[in-house]
Amino acid sequence: MQIQMNVNGTDRSADIEARTLLVHFLREDLGLTGTNIGCDTSSCGACTIHVNGESVKSCTMLAVQADGQTVTTIEGLASGGEMHPMQTSFMENHGLQCGYCTPGMVMASVSLLNENPNPTEHEVREGLEGNLCRCTGYHNIVKAVLAAAE
Amino acid sequence: MIPSSFDYVAVDSADAAIGALTEHGDEAKLMAGGHSLIPLMKFRLANPTVVIDIGRVNDLSYIRDAGDHVAIGALTRHMAVETSDLLKADVPLLAHCASQVGDPSVRHRGTIGGSLAHADAASDLPAALLALGGSVMVKGPNGEREVKADDLFVGFLENSLADDEMITEVRVPKATGAGWSYQKFNRRAQDWAIVGVAAVLNGSAGVSLVNMASTPLRAAGVEEALASGASHADAAQRAADGGSPPEDLNGDAEYRTHLAKVLVQRALTEAESRKS
Ligand SMILES: Cc1cc2nc3c(=O)[nH]c(=O)nc-3n(C[C@H](O)[C@H](O)[C@H](O)COP(=O)(O)OP(=O)(O)OC[C@H]3O[C@@H](n4cnc5c(N)ncnc54)[C@H](O)[C@@H]3O)c2cc1C
Ligand code: FES
Ligand code: FES
Repeated sequence: MQIQMNVNGTDRSADIEARTLLVHFLREDLGLTGTNIGCDTSSCGACTIHVNGESVKSCTMLAVQADGQTVTTIEGLASGGEMHPMQTSFMENHGLQCGYCTPGMVMASVSLLNENPNPTEHEVREGLEGNLCRCTGYHNIVKAVLAAAE
Repeated sequence: MIPSSFDYVAVDSADAAIGALTEHGDEAKLMAGGHSLIPLMKFRLANPTVVIDIGRVNDLSYIRDAGDHVAIGALTRHMAVETSDLLKADVPLLAHCASQVGDPSVRHRGTIGGSLAHADAASDLPAALLALGGSVMVKGPNGEREVKADDLFVGFLENSLADDEMITEVRVPKATGAGWSYQKFNRRAQDWAIVGVAAVLNGSAGVSLVNMASTPLRAAGVEEALASGASHADAAQRAADGGSPPEDLNGDAEYRTHLAKVLVQRALTEAESRKS
């Protein structure tokens, strides 16, 4: 199947099998390995990207479903050599340890603030409930998101 | 995990979807958000040979005031239902139940039509539709018909639609000022309900149960008891009437039966306190 989508500002087209998952298309066909695969069952959020600006778990979407859409991955968040404020905030607030959950966590956090620019701590925790972290205990992640909101 | 191979057809209207369903028969499956179907296909529990993608039928994504009810297009995402001011004001139970589905990323993709069609006894929106006395509009090659929530869920993950029909719209009666409550009991964030109870007190009572049988279930015993004047506490004792609770790692049937009684009582108390 021929598909075409805008990924991180660049139009990409490819001929793929309909059953190709979006996360595999991004990682294997486009080489965008910043998006991780954790659970592969839509539970952990490691594979979170944006489709048309909204967070989505790319292990639970077919690449063909993104045909004609706009996709942003962690690689597309920085612009002009400047990190996205959310990335900076994760760095400054130690919002990561091993870093495995981080790309998905950052993408989910950016989507969260797009929808709710001034969340309470509770709203941040609820908003990130689909993203699991095995290292940080979440404390500094929540701190980073709240700091980025300011 | 990757699904087995299938032919993929993207359609841009309900009529095109029905045309494709008619052509491919029971080999085909509609895909809306894919958030129930793709996991099943990855586990190879569903192996459709044709997938008909209705995810971009944008004119079936709307929330409209239709006088005595609110009309919601089948392709409306959970996030849109959750954040709709119209629904928050006139059908708050539905907006709240939508906010309880999975996590925000799931709610960006999953649709109300997909959730109702999937007919999962453990899911949140079927319970809301039952308690509210809502219905769905179902379209097929010979036109459209209305199916009441009570007639929609017929078996384990089974709805009453024919192979060549699809849900186009969901209709929920306005319940402005009614008492309502949704009690979703689970042990982890973003999880499904171990047991759930939806209640609407609007003159008469609508009460329904999540995960207490193989289908989403009306709590007929509770409604009957309330209609004949029983107290909330007495009515709650009949929570599991007609149920056949599933048994799994989260709890056996006895535990779920107990939970249903406790949650019905809590739901009625909260709904009563919200009446205006
Ligand atoms: C991680 C995760 C957590 C979740 N947690 C919850 C939860 O807590 N509570 C809950 O209720 N749900 C939960 N869900 C399920 C979610 O609500 C799904 O969005 C929903 O069940 C299916 O909607 P969909 O649009 O994705 O449907 P799809 O997966 O596309 O389709 C589901 C089924 O419905 C059929 N179908 C779809 N649209 C129509 C239509 N218009 N007419 C006729 N048939 C149709 C399809 O053929 C398929 O058989 C969760 C899902 C995931 C992945
Ligand atoms: S890999 Fe997609 S949610 Fe875990
Ligand atoms: S930083 Fe290691 S999983 Fe989150």
